[in-house]
Amino acid sequence: MAAITLKGLKKSYGQAHVIKGVDIDIEDGEFVVFVGPSGCGKSTLLRMIAGLEDISDGTLTIGGKVMNDLPPKDRGVAMVFQSYAIFPHMTVRENVAFGLTISGASKEEKETKVAEAARILQMEHLMDRRPSQLSGGQRQRVAIGRAIVRKPQVFLFDEPLSNLDAALRMDMRMEIGKLHKALGATMVYVTHDQVEAMTLADKIVVLKDGLVQQIGSPMELYHHPANAFVAGFLGSPGMNFLEVDVKEVNGDRATVSNAALDPVTLTARHPGIKAGGKARLGLRPQYLSPDADAGAGVLHGKIALTERLGSETIVEAVTTDGKPLIVALARDAVFEIGTPISLRFDPETAHLFAL
Amino acid sequence: MASKFVASNRTGWLMAGPAALVILSFVIIPFVFAIIFSFTNQRLVSPNPAEFTGLSNYRQLLGMSVLTLDPVKDAAGAVTMAANGTPEYPSLRSYTRNNPDYPNLEGMREWFSFSWGEARTYVLARDVVFLTAVINTFIFVILVAPLQGGIALCLALLINQRLRGINVFRAIYFMPVVVSIVVVSLLWRFIYDGDSGLLNNLLGAVSFGAIPKIDWLGNAHTALGSIIAMSIWQAVGFHMVIWLSGLQTISPTLYEAAAIEGSSSWQTFRYITWPGLRNTAILVLVVITMQAFGLFSQIDVMTKGGPLDSTQTIVFQAIQRGYGKQDISGGSAISVVLFVIVLSVSLIQRWLTREKA
Repeated sequence: MAAITLKGLKKSYGQAHVIKGVDIDIEDGEFVVFVGPSGCGKSTLLRMIAGLEDISDGTLTIGGKVMNDLPPKDRGVAMVFQSYAIFPHMTVRENVAFGLTISGASKEEKETKVAEAARILQMEHLMDRRPSQLSGGQRQRVAIGRAIVRKPQVFLFDEPLSNLDAALRMDMRMEIGKLHKALGATMVYVTHDQVEAMTLADKIVVLKDGLVQQIGSPMELYHHPANAFVAGFLGSPGMNFLEVDVKEVNGDRATVSNAALDPVTLTARHPGIKAGGKARLGLRPQYLSPDADAGAGVLHGKIALTERLGSETIVEAVTTDGKPLIVALARDAVFEIGTPISLRFDPETAHLFAL
Repeated sequence: MASKFVASNRTGWLMAGPAALVILSFVIIPFVFAIIFSFTNQRLVSPNPAEFTGLSNYRQLLGMSVLTLDPVKDAAGAVTMAANGTPEYPSLRSYTRNNPDYPNLEGMREWFSFSWGEARTYVLARDVVFLTAVINTFIFVILVAPLQGGIALCLALLINQRLRGINVFRAIYFMPVVVSIVVVSLLWRFIYDGDSGLLNNLLGAVSFGAIPKIDWLGNAHTALGSIIAMSIWQAVGFHMVIWLSGLQTISPTLYEAAAIEGSSSWQTFRYITWPGLRNTAILVLVVITMQAFGLFSQIDVMTKGGPLDSTQTIVFQAIQRGYGKQDISGGSAISVVLFVIVLSVSLIQRWLTREKA
């Protein structure tokens, strides 16, 4: 069994504290994605699990065993790097077999295991090529092949798709998802791309400045973000934030408004909202609509720009107090730039955060 | 009419001009002259005009012959024994001096000889000193190339670490390279001194006097070895830096990937580092080989080819002939022979290290 627990994990380089105390429980067989902006410490955290970075403080256990001071090879992990890290002077076959070669596996064992990996990743036809003759996607396939051939209990992925173009990234994303289902191993995946996080993860860990912002399933994070950072980071296009005046607070109900927003009453799930103060209203672009029956919340503005994608239309509006607002409509619609517009939303889809 | 290439590049030619002129006058012209001189009897300073002499300089340098002699037998047919108990052979001089039956051996001398049954085979050469120089140069190259390259690689691996003060070590290893070889040679003459040299004192101290004092440069058995050791020490830092630059082109993630796969230090070197250094290795090998064939300054300062010609080298011979004996055509012929040797060795090395498809 290969459950992973991170308890009070810290990392500092001299005075620079990169990871400031992280607690995460990863269950056996779970697909966990660390996501966050660049510099948030997600890759460092992954490298600490792999054993490529020392742990300054805290405890790391894999399969119930403390791993803090063990070298990478004794942790039962395999890793796939953003730069692929496949060996340029070896053929694909030699690359995939590398872990077996150095552990002194027999020729027959190598052949069977490499053939199996090649079959799983559908790269039988590439086996005798050299890395320089492969495309980026094929190289990453080889790197994954090298990882799966040793049957590790834990797979670590460090932004594996970042160097691939958009179309290939989607293919490989699906492949990795299928691979997880097929192997049933614990996987920890680092990315800055929230789409990868949303589609692949059983559990997402959102990191910022070396601290965990929220841990939960993708839909939990999407619908119930713990703070404005998580709310803004997940979802595409990103959430709109408006500064609003709090008129009245009644239990967990609050009434807010501003120059462009008619007074509306909604659920205040987060603490720190006080009557007479200011708050931040978060509205997902998908939950705004020009339709008259779309909800009780009403915002006033005018159209600044539209992007028609066929299946959806992205409208950039400017509120009457001059703030930009993105609206994503799930249909093709035509708007004339400069025309005034009233946008409606269901107050229950809005998020109210303290400033 | 100037071609477009010349005309449209006037500024470029003007800028390249001085360098081109220097290369022409100090590299290309001397090279061509050396080839021309080697076919003449040109002297360094001579009132007589030079004459074309064909290949005679090369015949003089490379002329070799083999002569097999039977031992001298007395009337009964028994082998005559010399005073030291070995068979006696006819005098070589009776064949190589004024013997009308052996005009091809005229003027030759014994290079070495060996016995085959009763008979003794003599390898004769017209220029024994030159052939000794060729052999010495090859011994030098064959020992220096792998040892210097290998030690430089070890040093590079040692200093390719992030440690406090590692630059101090880099500087120390590199220091001999920036000191002139002449100065280094002079210093090492003191180290190798037969009486109070540093090396003798050191060996005496660590062995409590058990190792006798050796005149390192004055002994025909140790002189070449001493020069080889010193030459390796002197240039090892230079090749260390080349190896170091090669090591730093290898992506650190490859090492991380290997570490995660469980690779040991030796396996990491064998599978990651060494293949990654392939091109560097070829460069280092070719550069050391070429430099080693040019062995001269150490010899000139430390031994002048002696004792007993044990440290003669090709370049030293070329200079000695050309300037010492004022036989510029003989010296040129040696240079041309060296050029052919170095070119062949380089081509062989390139062929052996070619990219296999």
